[in-house]
Amino acid sequence: MSELLLEASHVGRTFETKKGRFTALNDVHLTIHQHEFVSLLGPSGCGKSTFLRLVAGLDQITDGTIVLNGQPITRPGRDRGVVFQQYSLLPWLLAWENVAFALKKDRLLNKKQKKELAYHFLKLVGLEGFETVYPSQMSGGMQQRVAIARALVFKPKLLLMDEPFGALDAQTRRDMQDLLVKVFKEAQSSVLFVTHDIDEAVYLSDRVYVMASGPGRNAKELTIELPDARDWSLQLTEPFIAYKKEIILELQKQRREAAEKAAATR
Amino acid sequence: MRLKIVSASGIALVLAVWCAVTYTGMVGSLFLPTPTAVLQEAVKEIQSGVFFSDIEVSFYRITIGFVFATAFALPIGVLMGTSKTWKAFWEPLVGFIRYMPVVAFIPMSILWFGTSDMQKFFIIFLGVFFQEVIMIADNCKRVKRSVVEVGMTLGLNRLEVIKDIVVRAAMPSIWDTLRTVWGWAWTYLVVAELVAATSGLGFRIMQAQRYLSTETIILGILTIGVLGLITDLIFGLLGKFFFPWMEKEKIN
Ligand SMILES: Nc1ncnc2c1ncn2[C@@H]1O[C@H](COP(=O)(O)OP(=O)(O)OP(=O)(O)O)[C@@H](O)[C@H]1O
Ligand SMILES: [Mg+2]
Repeated sequence: MSELLLEASHVGRTFETKKGRFTALNDVHLTIHQHEFVSLLGPSGCGKSTFLRLVAGLDQITDGTIVLNGQPITRPGRDRGVVFQQYSLLPWLLAWENVAFALKKDRLLNKKQKKELAYHFLKLVGLEGFETVYPSQMSGGMQQRVAIARALVFKPKLLLMDEPFGALDAQTRRDMQDLLVKVFKEAQSSVLFVTHDIDEAVYLSDRVYVMASGPGRNAKELTIELPDARDWSLQLTEPFIAYKKEIILELQKQRREAAEKAAATR
Repeated sequence: MRLKIVSASGIALVLAVWCAVTYTGMVGSLFLPTPTAVLQEAVKEIQSGVFFSDIEVSFYRITIGFVFATAFALPIGVLMGTSKTWKAFWEPLVGFIRYMPVVAFIPMSILWFGTSDMQKFFIIFLGVFFQEVIMIADNCKRVKRSVVEVGMTLGLNRLEVIKDIVVRAAMPSIWDTLRTVWGWAWTYLVVAELVAATSGLGFRIMQAQRYLSTETIILGILTIGVLGLITDLIFGLLGKFFFPWMEKEKIN
C-alpha cells in the first residue's frame, strides 16, 4: 500500500457539559494513505463530525494522537480542505467569489487566474451559469456544490467531507458521487468521507470504518475491493451487495446491543 | 401600494386629531398651536433664514460628533467582540460609563469646553461612543461560528478572519446599529443645545419656551422628526445598496 498520510490512534474527545463529562469519542483509530478514499460510517450522534473536526484542526483531542504527514495536528491548515455538513458559504460573496476566496492566500496566482479557476471548478460541479449569484439565491444542493468546488479549488492533500450530499436529491447525489470519483482521481488527493449512507460508502471508498455510539468508537473496518471503473451497475453486483450486507448486519447488531443495554439499565 | 396608503393614513389620523382639538378651541393655542400657526411660523423662519441655518448648524454638530465617535467605536467594538483580552479590558470600563446619564455630564462639559461646538461634539461623543462599542461588539459576537471556521480551514490567520470574515459578516448588523444610534444622537444634540447654545434647533426650542411661542417649539420638534425620518431613510437605502446579498435572505 502507498505511503501513510494520516494516522489517528487512541483518539479520545470528552466534552465538559452542564450535566457533567460526556465522552464523544473513545479510543478511536483510523489511517488514511496517499490517494486513498476512506469513509466513516455510523449512526447519528456516534461522533463522526466530532472526529472530522479534530482532523480539520478546528477542535482539540483530549486523548491520543492524530498525525498528518508526520506532524501532530494542532490547527487548521491548507493541506486539508473541508466540506461541512451545514452549508457554509459566505453569504456576501457571489458563487464564484466564494470559490475564489479559497485562493486568497495563493500568491502565485493573479486575480484573473483565480477567477478562471473558480469558474472552471463551478463548471465541474455543474453550476455553469450560476457564477454571479448570491448563496441566498441558490438551493441547498447548489450551495453545497459551491462548497465542494471551494474545497477542491486549492487542491488540498486531504479532503474532509462531512455528509456533503446529505441534502441532495437522489439524482443529483448520484451525479455528485460520480463527479467526486472523477475529481478525486484527477486531483491525486485523499479523502475522509463521513456519511450514514451505506451504498454511498461502499461505492466510493477504498476502505470503510464503521463506528458505534455511546461512546463513539471503532466497530468494524472493511477494505473494499471492487473494479476500479466505477459505474452504477456496480451496485447490483454480488461483491457490492456482500459488503453492504456486512455493514447492515454490523449496524443491526449495534442497535440490538443498544436496546439490550437500555433494557438492562431500566 | 396598499402599505403606502396604510402608512399615510397613520400620519393623516394624527393630523386630523391635531386639527380637531386646536381649530375647535378644545385646547388653547398657548398649549397647542394650530397647524396654520405652525406653518406661518415656518414661512417666517424660512424667510428670515434661521430655519435652514439652524438645521445646518445642528446637522454639522451631530455629524462631527457621530463620525468621531463611530471612528473610535468601530475598531474598539470589533476587537471587543473578537478578543477575550480586549473584552476584559474594555467591558467593565464601557459598561460602567454607559450607564451614566449623558445629561449629567453637561455641567462638566460646559466647564471644560464652554458653550463652543466642542461641547456639543463631546456630549454627542459620550452618548454615541459607549453605546456603539457595546452594540458593535455584540454584532461581532453574533457572527456564526460556522463562517469563522470556513476562514480558519482556508488558512486565514486571526487578523484575516476578523477582517475578511467577522467584520464582513457583521457589517449589516453594524450598519443597523449605526442607524439606531444615529437616532439617539439627535436626542443628545438637542439636550446639549437646550442648555448651552446660541444657535441650532435645540436652542430655538429653548428660546421659544421663554416667550411661550409654542408654534416655534412645535415647528422645531417637527423639523427634528422629519430630519430624523429622512436620514433614517437614507441609512436604509444605503444599507440596501451596500448589502445586496441581505435582501434575498429576508422573509418578507
Ligand atoms: N461541543 C460539544 N459539546 C458537547 N457535546 C458535543 C459537542 N459536540 C458534539 N457533542 C456530542 O457528541 C456526540 C457526537 O456528535 P457528532 O456531531 O460528532 O455526531 P455525528 O456522528 O456527526 O452525527 P450526525 O450523523 O447526526 O451528524 C453527540 O452526542 C453530541 O451531542
Ligand atoms: Mg455529523
